Amino acid sequence: MDHFINLTLNGLALGAAYSALALSLVLIYQATRLVNFAQPAFALLSVYAAFAVTQITGSYWLGFGAALITGMTAGAAAERFVVRPIARVSPLNGVIVTLGMLLVVQGAVGMIWGNEQHAFGYAFSYVGRFSPADIFAVSAVAGVALLLFLLYRFTAIGLRMRAAAHHPEAARLSGVRVGLMLTAGWAIASFIGALAGMLAAPPFLYPNVFDIVFVFGITAAVVGGLDNPFGAILGGMLIGLGGSWVSGYVGPELATLSALVIVVVVLSVRPDGILSRPTARKV
Amino acid sequence: MSTTTGQRPEPSTGAASTPPPSLPEKWRALPLPARNLLGAAVALLVVTAFLAVTGDLTALRLATVGYTFLALAGLQLLVGGSGQISLGHGAFMMIGAYTMALLVLHLPMLPLATNLFIVVAVSAVAGIAVGAATARLHGPYLAGATLILAVGLPGIAHRYHDLFGGSNGLNIRTVGVPPFLDGVVTTSEWRALVVWFTVLLVLAALATISGGRLGRRMRAIRDDETAAAMSGIPVGRTKVVAFIIASAAGGLAGGLQAYALGTVTPSSFALVLSLTLIAALVLGGIGSLWGALWAAVAVVYLEVWASDLARAMDLGHNVQHNLPIVLFGVVLILVLRFWPLGLHGGLQALRNRIARR
Amino acid sequence: MSETPLLKVEDLTAHHGAVCALDRVSIDVPERGLCAVLGANGAGKSTLLRTLTGLHPATSGRVTLDGEDITRLPAERAVTKGLAHVPEGGGVIVELTVEENLRLGGLWRSRHDPETLAEVLDLFPPLVERRGKPAATLSGGERQMLAIGRALMARPRVLLLDEPSLGLAPMVTEQIFTLLGDLRERTGLTVVLVEQNAAGALGVTDHGFVLNQGRVAAEGPSDELLSDDRTRHAYLGF
Repeated sequence: MDHFINLTLNGLALGAAYSALALSLVLIYQATRLVNFAQPAFALLSVYAAFAVTQITGSYWLGFGAALITGMTAGAAAERFVVRPIARVSPLNGVIVTLGMLLVVQGAVGMIWGNEQHAFGYAFSYVGRFSPADIFAVSAVAGVALLLFLLYRFTAIGLRMRAAAHHPEAARLSGVRVGLMLTAGWAIASFIGALAGMLAAPPFLYPNVFDIVFVFGITAAVVGGLDNPFGAILGGMLIGLGGSWVSGYVGPELATLSALVIVVVVLSVRPDGILSRPTARKV
Repeated sequence: MSTTTGQRPEPSTGAASTPPPSLPEKWRALPLPARNLLGAAVALLVVTAFLAVTGDLTALRLATVGYTFLALAGLQLLVGGSGQISLGHGAFMMIGAYTMALLVLHLPMLPLATNLFIVVAVSAVAGIAVGAATARLHGPYLAGATLILAVGLPGIAHRYHDLFGGSNGLNIRTVGVPPFLDGVVTTSEWRALVVWFTVLLVLAALATISGGRLGRRMRAIRDDETAAAMSGIPVGRTKVVAFIIASAAGGLAGGLQAYALGTVTPSSFALVLSLTLIAALVLGGIGSLWGALWAAVAVVYLEVWASDLARAMDLGHNVQHNLPIVLFGVVLILVLRFWPLGLHGGLQALRNRIARR
Repeated sequence: MSETPLLKVEDLTAHHGAVCALDRVSIDVPERGLCAVLGANGAGKSTLLRTLTGLHPATSGRVTLDGEDITRLPAERAVTKGLAHVPEGGGVIVELTVEENLRLGGLWRSRHDPETLAEVLDLFPPLVERRGKPAATLSGGERQMLAIGRALMARPRVLLLDEPSLGLAPMVTEQIFTLLGDLRERTGLTVVLVEQNAAGALGVTDHGFVLNQGRVAAEGPSDELLSDDRTRHAYLGF
């Protein structure tokens, strides 16, 4: 029983990072209708920025701030200068170009910092059951999700962003600068992606550190429903818990397969994810 | 080979040949399978000639282009033909490669052709399982589910270490040059020829499939699933069939890879393989076998050039190691930016512009 | 029309690919005018409105609003110049609530404007009880009201309406047309009304333009157009 509780708490902490990454994917999917494969690359760049800043200044929190700023900037620049001109021509090309950015950023990070592992610390002590680091992970993601909800639901810019995502033309006619809103959406999403990176990277940092995290993140987004931010959080927790239980009781190599089983089971019951809203299909 | 999803029946042919201009009517009068087989034969001649000129050094590289081409052609059928996006194509290559390796290790008496048939059968069965489980999914949901397959599968090789050899993988020895050709071709040249023979034979079959009823149904589904269903096309079944064919092609490509390289490791089927395949396909051009060919050439040769370049410029180890992936990404982004239809579309536009002058 | 027009369109030309959708269209709309733009399907009526607000690019020609050139202004700036456009079908955002749709309309002026919101809700009683509900739950007529309400939230000088009667019951259409007349009386609003329902539109407007294949084929006071048998038969089909 004790083992089970340990695994569950561990799963929640892992799930927090997956939820954050899933949330960043869902925000971009809602705004631009594409899955952003470059999200882990932006997170990677952000965490390496944090690594560099922390090395120079000696302060973890300055590095943390640098990561969030780097993530926002990378997301905004990618949307404005790379994705927008390409996705306008063909949505599939828009998805594939995010893959291209993933390869470029991952390779560039390897060129600058090398492919070897660097030690990368936690924000707080990671010792013990549900350690301070775990508590920080869960509460940071919960806090960001709450802020995001308030932003979208109750502020003018949130209303503009939702209008731009759902009905660009009507939004333009109401004076909303749709392009700017999309860029802002990517910036916010990549901000959250950078947070996910800071939570998921320790104890080591290397160019492929987020491959598995990203796969769990996209799985979480798909399981929860790509249209629903709450689904992303729920999906992230499900994948985190499932993975933790399977690694604990069966073996860590099969953790990814547990995610596969969750995806297949959930999607065979609800092909658009757990929390998808039934929407009229455009014919 | 004719185009996989060409809207008009192009009288186009083998990898580098065009029918004699005086005979286009005769050519068109031939049945589609015969045209595709003839095209494949011509293409095989071209490959042989290329091999004869360049010699042993490029043989392995050429074999790599060959099986990558086959894997991409299968993916092309799926993505370009029926509009389903699979990010797990590398998983089927892995299934094929491991099937091949296990057959050679445990049933060494079987001839290569039998092994290849078994490889196709096994990966087709895997395709049935995955295709049936994902038949109701669409767009990003299918992509997500197949992605996790690509990542999860190598875990099995690690888990069942005794059978699959863990991270070291399996090493196999396959029969080399037949006695009567001893001294005429080297082992790697022979393997390259075997790979290309198999690949072209299967491509002729794929081209015939996509030129026929199944191909038309798949394109109807790609263009508008609802309309296709309302015109009586069995949408679910057609999508699963497309998925199975693509999986079998991917598996066979993996089997040929194991045969050509003589080694199978889980790391060669990592996530980046599946992602590179789909990216390369868009880079080459969605919708035609030519696109798949350019994609295969790009995948293999961009890496070669990048490594050569890094070595020639004496760049640092970190740069050298990462240059291929960065170069591939940059080329991908630039091609999508300026040639939205991929290399094939871009080259066609270029040719048209020159022809108009 | 002796006074200087509020909205002046001169030789406006626009293309859909190679097809010329608007061919040197010139239209003057005076302040407080209520104009109808009529014509068959594909005559260029919607394209005219879309080109006025910048949703569709003009090939050549000029659009001025109160003397200011707005031809090349991007669509999101049109509303800030006082030009509100209700697109065909209304363009209600069904994922947002009724109140959010309305607030969106006034957002360019201020974040929070309870007075205008109250005024607009006064005009459309059916929307009041639904203000917290998603716009997806509204009927066709209510959606059209919401779309017009959202445009009015911007406090426009000119309201461009694209086929508000489309798919609505005749009684609802009549309500909407009556409302346009009232608004002009009370607030001095200028209205350009694109309609296929020529008889209804000419009944409430004071001036009409008939478009045919991208050109202005006829124009004049609404009652004259209504009584001119030749124009009626040739272009308006009744």
